[in-house]
Amino acid sequence: MSPILFWIFTALMLGFGAATLINRNPVASALSLVVSLLGLSALFFSLDAYFIGVIQILVYAGAVMVLFLFIIMLLDLKAEQRRQLSLPVLLGGAAVTALFVTQIVLVVRSFHAGNQSFPPLASKFDDASNIGNMLFSHYNLPFQVIGVLILVASIGVVVLSKRELN
Amino acid sequence: MAYQVPRPKLNFAEKIYLPSVIAGLKITLGHLWRMLRGKTHVCMQYPEEKWDSHLPPHYRGAPTLVSDEFGRTRCVACQLCEFICPPRAIRIKPGEIPTKDKFAKVEKFPEQFQIDMIRCIYCGLCEEVCPEQAIFLKKEYAITGTSRAAMMHQKEKLIEMGGIQPGVVNKWNEKK
Amino acid sequence: MNAILEFLHSDLFFMIWTTLAKSAGLLGVVLGMVSYTVYAERRVSSLMQDRLGPNRTGFPLSLLGFGIKDWSPILGGLGQPIADAVKLLLKEDFTPAYVKKFYYWIAPALGIAAAIISLAVIPFGSSIAGVPMVIANIGIGPLFIFAISSLGVYGIVLAGWSANSKYPFLGAIRSTSQLISYELALGLSVVPLFLIIGKLNLVEIVHYQVQNGWMLLPGITAGKLPTLSQIVCWIPILISFLVFTIAMFAETNRLPFDLPEAETELVGGYHTEYSSMKFALFFLGEYTAMITGSSLIITLFLGAWHFPGIPDGSMAGWPGVLWGLVNIGVFFTKVFAFLIFFIFIRWTLPRFRYDQLMKLGWIWLFEIALVNIFLTALIVAFVH
Repeated sequence: MSPILFWIFTALMLGFGAATLINRNPVASALSLVVSLLGLSALFFSLDAYFIGVIQILVYAGAVMVLFLFIIMLLDLKAEQRRQLSLPVLLGGAAVTALFVTQIVLVVRSFHAGNQSFPPLASKFDDASNIGNMLFSHYNLPFQVIGVLILVASIGVVVLSKRELN
Repeated sequence: MAYQVPRPKLNFAEKIYLPSVIAGLKITLGHLWRMLRGKTHVCMQYPEEKWDSHLPPHYRGAPTLVSDEFGRTRCVACQLCEFICPPRAIRIKPGEIPTKDKFAKVEKFPEQFQIDMIRCIYCGLCEEVCPEQAIFLKKEYAITGTSRAAMMHQKEKLIEMGGIQPGVVNKWNEKK
Repeated sequence: MNAILEFLHSDLFFMIWTTLAKSAGLLGVVLGMVSYTVYAERRVSSLMQDRLGPNRTGFPLSLLGFGIKDWSPILGGLGQPIADAVKLLLKEDFTPAYVKKFYYWIAPALGIAAAIISLAVIPFGSSIAGVPMVIANIGIGPLFIFAISSLGVYGIVLAGWSANSKYPFLGAIRSTSQLISYELALGLSVVPLFLIIGKLNLVEIVHYQVQNGWMLLPGITAGKLPTLSQIVCWIPILISFLVFTIAMFAETNRLPFDLPEAETELVGGYHTEYSSMKFALFFLGEYTAMITGSSLIITLFLGAWHFPGIPDGSMAGWPGVLWGLVNIGVFFTKVFAFLIFFIFIRWTLPRFRYDQLMKLGWIWLFEIALVNIFLTALIVAFVH
């Protein structure tokens, strides 16, 4: 059962990922990205990583992409739909993509943990509390640092979006 | 310069909204409770209870054609109502009264007279404009039909609905 | 042949058919509830306004051979939802000429799909003959509901945008910003609850409440006096309940936060250009979201299917099955009571201004929820 679902969701993810790039209409692009993200979170679900899967939907599909869509609709991008592709751009893009894919393949090949199979998880597996314990014990310092960074960024946004700086 | 709407200063209780939510609920639930106990009587149960006896004499219901006390339909097919009708609901086909008739001097009568009740807006302009006091808006207001043809009131139906109504216009009487 | 028989007796097949049966049953109950919530809304609102509301459409029992004259005085108005559904199905499905067709068609489906999928993790009963009455018992129930219901905004946004008209677009934009703002308060306000219980699984949250009393009324429902820690914890729980309920009103686009629809300002908001069953789907989606929201509130704060004195369905044989059904009945009664509360509020309060809405969301509810988390963390660290 599970391998079939894996292939279905992978196909969904990759297909709509490609559609994100191919679609001329920015709204269609954004929605394709949403479906692609949903496919990704389904893959997380199939790995029993419910927490990460749900956070994928909650943060990316449910909040970030909604904001993207919001902006796209307000801007009403007509120019993007009329743009023509030129051959050099096409070739350049293809070259960069090929380079990137080769790099990924090489890295994954030499990545040791990626090549071995792991024993199945225990049936009662609480991934949310595991992630919590990991974050707040083992990776406590990096976690706090990221928190401070995000705080700085959000304060920066508030300051920049004020009209007058006194 | 944009006009700044003056906003009242709110105290803490007003700012957190919750007291006013409870006050509002008190009012609406009070109405609900009185209604459930049957203390309020506002609505009229329409098909069973009707307001017909309270309708004023000048009530503007469905337009009808009235007859005088001699049984003559007052309409002389002058077509003023057809012209004035805002939604163009009235269609009249005038006919000539034969010379041997008792009312020969009236000369014209409506051969066909139809009012499209789907179009009629009950404005009463036809009644207003009629020089013969032949068309009146009576008290019927529930005009329904199951087909478009049924909603097209023909002359016979209009005369039947109008009935006999003695009026002040008597210029066609025999004695004059 | 043997393989098929083996499959029919396997646990996998048992799981598949029970899950399908549960899904079908829940969907039927919830959709039926939606139509009668609409009826209740019309009836309650009219009674509040000294009117009578739809009180005539009965069931044509005389057609079925019963001698009684259609029972209208007794069943008056209860046939209204059925008549409404038939009317909406038979109405002309009009598509305006300048809409963006694909998105115009897909938007209503997205709206209702999100509302229905999130029902999957709600434990709507204890268990019947050993089968737990929850469709998907996953470890992160509330987060799943937040995530899926946050996808519901796509239905509204696409509806507003694809209609290619001003008022729907304004409604869609308002809806987007409103939902994103209140999602934060909604998510943060229940964190104190999880801090106290220590679990994210909705089934385990309900079991915690069965043992220790409902979160909101610990003393009354546990059958024993509340402990000191429960009394102290009650304050943050009350705050979190208030914030969560208010945010839920905003999430489901109900008055006083129904700015996306706002009949008096935006005609009908995002569904202005819709007619017939497509409009009805938005309607269904909205009320299903209300039911999901109420179910979540009931599950988190008011003990879900538990009622003091009523046992759960873990007994063997027929008593267990019966008590399991009673538990389901208790759950839906609670949900319906909360829906009636939704209706009371809708017909009592006026609509907020848009800046008031944003201020309430970002300055009040968000901050209160955040402070409440710290308060609860302190209490849990020192008392619990």
